[in-house]
Amino acid sequence: MKPINRRDFLKTLGGAALASSALLAACKRPADPTEPDSDAEPAKGKMTYRHNPNSGDRVSLLGYGMMRLPVVDNGGDPLANAGDGEIDQEMVNRQVDYALEHGVNYFDTALTYCRGLSERATGIALARHPRSSYFIATKMSNFGGDSRTRQGSIEMFENSLRELQTDYIDYLLLHSVGGGSDPQAEFNSRYMDNGVLDYLVDQKRRGRIRNLGFSFHGDVRIFDMLLDWHDQGLYHWDFVQIELNYLDWKFANEINRGNVDAVYLYGELHKRGIPAVVMEPLLGGRLAKVPDAIVRKMKEREPANSVASWAFRFAGTPEGVLCVLSGMTYMEHLRDNLRSYCPLKPITDAENALLLDIANDIYNLRTIPCNECNYCMPCPYGINIPGIFSHYNRCIKEGNMPNKGRLDPDYARARHAYLVGYDRSVPRLRQADHCIGCRQCVDHCPQRINIPREMKRIDEFVDTLKREA
Amino acid sequence: MENASPKPAGRSARKRRQRRHPLYRVRTILATLFFLCITALLLDFSGTLHAYLGWMARVQFLPAVMALHVGIIVGLLVLTLVFGRIYCSVICPLGVMQDGVSRLHSLTRKHRFSYSPAKTWLRWGVVAVFVGLLVAGFTGVAALLAPYSSYGRIVQNLLQPVYIGANNLLARAAEHYDSYAFYTQDVWIRSGLVFAVAVVSLLVVGVLAYRNGRTYCNTLCPVGTVLGFFARFSLFKVHIDKDDCVSCGLCTKNCKAAAIDPVTHDIDYTRCVTCGTCLGHCAHHAMHYSRLRKPAPKLAAAGAPAPSASDSATAAPDAGRRTFLVAAALATSAAALAQEKKKVDGGLAVIEDKQLPARTTPLTPPGSLSVRNMNQHCTACQLCVGQCPNHVLRPSTSLDSFMQPVMQFDRGFCRPECTRCSEVCPTDAIRPISLDLKSAIHIGHAVWVRDNCVPVTNGHACGNCERHCPTGAILMVPLKSDEPDGLQIPTVDEMRCIGCGACEYVCPSRPFSAIYVEGHEQHRFD
Repeated sequence: MKPINRRDFLKTLGGAALASSALLAACKRPADPTEPDSDAEPAKGKMTYRHNPNSGDRVSLLGYGMMRLPVVDNGGDPLANAGDGEIDQEMVNRQVDYALEHGVNYFDTALTYCRGLSERATGIALARHPRSSYFIATKMSNFGGDSRTRQGSIEMFENSLRELQTDYIDYLLLHSVGGGSDPQAEFNSRYMDNGVLDYLVDQKRRGRIRNLGFSFHGDVRIFDMLLDWHDQGLYHWDFVQIELNYLDWKFANEINRGNVDAVYLYGELHKRGIPAVVMEPLLGGRLAKVPDAIVRKMKEREPANSVASWAFRFAGTPEGVLCVLSGMTYMEHLRDNLRSYCPLKPITDAENALLLDIANDIYNLRTIPCNECNYCMPCPYGINIPGIFSHYNRCIKEGNMPNKGRLDPDYARARHAYLVGYDRSVPRLRQADHCIGCRQCVDHCPQRINIPREMKRIDEFVDTLKREA
Repeated sequence: MENASPKPAGRSARKRRQRRHPLYRVRTILATLFFLCITALLLDFSGTLHAYLGWMARVQFLPAVMALHVGIIVGLLVLTLVFGRIYCSVICPLGVMQDGVSRLHSLTRKHRFSYSPAKTWLRWGVVAVFVGLLVAGFTGVAALLAPYSSYGRIVQNLLQPVYIGANNLLARAAEHYDSYAFYTQDVWIRSGLVFAVAVVSLLVVGVLAYRNGRTYCNTLCPVGTVLGFFARFSLFKVHIDKDDCVSCGLCTKNCKAAAIDPVTHDIDYTRCVTCGTCLGHCAHHAMHYSRLRKPAPKLAAAGAPAPSASDSATAAPDAGRRTFLVAAALATSAAALAQEKKKVDGGLAVIEDKQLPARTTPLTPPGSLSVRNMNQHCTACQLCVGQCPNHVLRPSTSLDSFMQPVMQFDRGFCRPECTRCSEVCPTDAIRPISLDLKSAIHIGHAVWVRDNCVPVTNGHACGNCERHCPTGAILMVPLKSDEPDGLQIPTVDEMRCIGCGACEYVCPSRPFSAIYVEGHEQHRFD
């Protein structure tokens, strides 16, 4: 064989590298030149808008949810840290600016969000722009303590105006009605007995509230009652915020008996002409983190589009939807969602069938329906509730669930992955074995998860894994 | 002196010879192997190495004595009677560590040692104190002098944190790549006092070794003294052939044990650790490692009278036990009140550190039979402490069990599937137990403290202790007898309780658990 010298060797190597990179480049090029590149900058001036018949507002289909704001320096997923940490105001400002530039004009916050820091951060970011260029939505979050009195609730409303640096709220919601162990009593205690609802109606007359509505989770009787009042002319709802996504469309009630399918909620609103604001279009990101088989189904149809984009297109397609809220923590989320709505490409019948089929698959995974909204937090005993659920769900999704018994050939690997991952994502003293079952969290969960029962179940599951060393 | 050599034996030629000497070579290879393996055994927290390397701890002299492993003791004595104190320069990790430190100094200063007469009275005096402490029951204090356990403490306290730190870096990287190959371990100092002991041991032994080689082994180490006694009669010894010797003194100047008298040509075999260095330095073939040719020179009479052991350590144990109930109750209710004010979402409640309860009887792990058995046999090498995967074991700071392992449940509890400490213990202070037996050994029993219990202090339903009790020893009963369905409080069936500490660990009451384990002097089996 001819001896190869250094120069020849390098030449050969370079040639091979060139050839392979050319091949790679060829692979990258989209087959259809009209198909959008998944990394493309979202188009300006293409946002789909919806009309609010009550106030005449022209609302962007994408609304910015200020519940999952970016935080400074926690080196990871802010949700895994239960929203602990300082809000990264600089990032919030940048993202709000970017959203406004691209046509987003609806910003949804609440006193309770981000450990009570969201309204101020939202106010700081928005006050840098003309007040007429956006709509602010915030909520009457009189859940506990002093705020339940009339005086406390009024103080809460005034405080929201101060924090948001404005004289009026465009969209004010009764926050999360339909929850609690006795939803009727809970509703009366928060809004009727203390006259807070009448106070808010009066504020609307004075122009300090432009649209009055409510956000709903839970007991359908409260929803029906409030719509009856609307029909009877007792109270007028300018909009209603509901949970709507392709999983909750038909499975909300199957997943949890205490919840209502979105198809019913939306239908009731639509036939009355009440605009629906959609929350949890992505179920706290769960519909973006689906098992690989489902990712494949979606990518085969839309190779360049993200998994999340399907959920957003689904939520934005019904005509009666005024706005779809998304808690966009990162700029990448914002860009991706803008691509979905600039403009909206409505879901076709075939796509709709596919998504309902996928919903069926996801339902059968039996994940815990936690959206990491952190309403349950902080647990007075220090448990990281969303962190524990998130790890459990992640293991189901990634196939690291050692629940098929020790005879399963994959058991040892899955067991190791579950336990090591558990200690990584939740410190030991914040794990499920430290839940004492005091039930203080139960009423706060908008998904109506029986948190203590799930904690006990996960604790027993983990203990069994540890014993089977 | 080199010029006096009849053959051209330059420095380089001599160096080559010294490296080639078979005794020296074999010994250094074996010593390095032993040293690295024992260090790895002490560092390993994953519990995989002891299956392969556990025997290396078991063949250590003092642990074997404490465990009364007659076979090992006899074996080591026979080894010494045949080869001399080869144990000290191969098997003992503290000895090899000293050689390493001493060698660092030799890099810059050659031929730096000199002969010194044996300090026989000091050596046997130390042995007497050591035995006295053992007899008096202060095993932990005596263990301050023990070579293997000193090394164990140094590694566990000073090196293991570094090792775990490096592991944690790997775990971080693994996490980044979604790999589960490495997992994070907590780095924490289990006892400041024992940490300080480890630092002082390292400094004392290290400085002595750097300055004068084997000073520690030949003055303080009780094992060295005892083995030295037997080494006098060993079959193989280093001899100086007076006919060939030119009295160049190189052997003396390279003897880290200061055992070669250049004037009389006598070697003190009680101090010679058979390292083989001198053999390589003798350019005239005057030194041999071989069977006895001439009768060994009679040593000065050994065995100075032992000072009484009891005078050193009889101070009363620290009586500063805290009365904690009231303070704890106040603290928990204050924390609960702070939660009520305004409901906002997110964040994590601060978890207050737990304070350890004042146990009347210390808790020793299953397999240790009794507090007394532990006190008598444990050499405080910290092998179990460094291995405990549930962070339960840590060294005691009380005088009568100084540095020996005791159990605390602030970071975990003694899990039913683990018998690691009983597997690794080289002294049988913790006897090997089977998994089935583990949950049948009653090492203590739980005690309920009403004034700390959450249903009593802030009215929340709890029962977390009952849910986690592996033996069903906790029975919940109504707080108020006229409200059978009201708040429930735990009661302990002492006969069923095994003292694993699950209840104490998961108890939400902080800083003092409302249920804690009190040790048993004598473990009960059923």
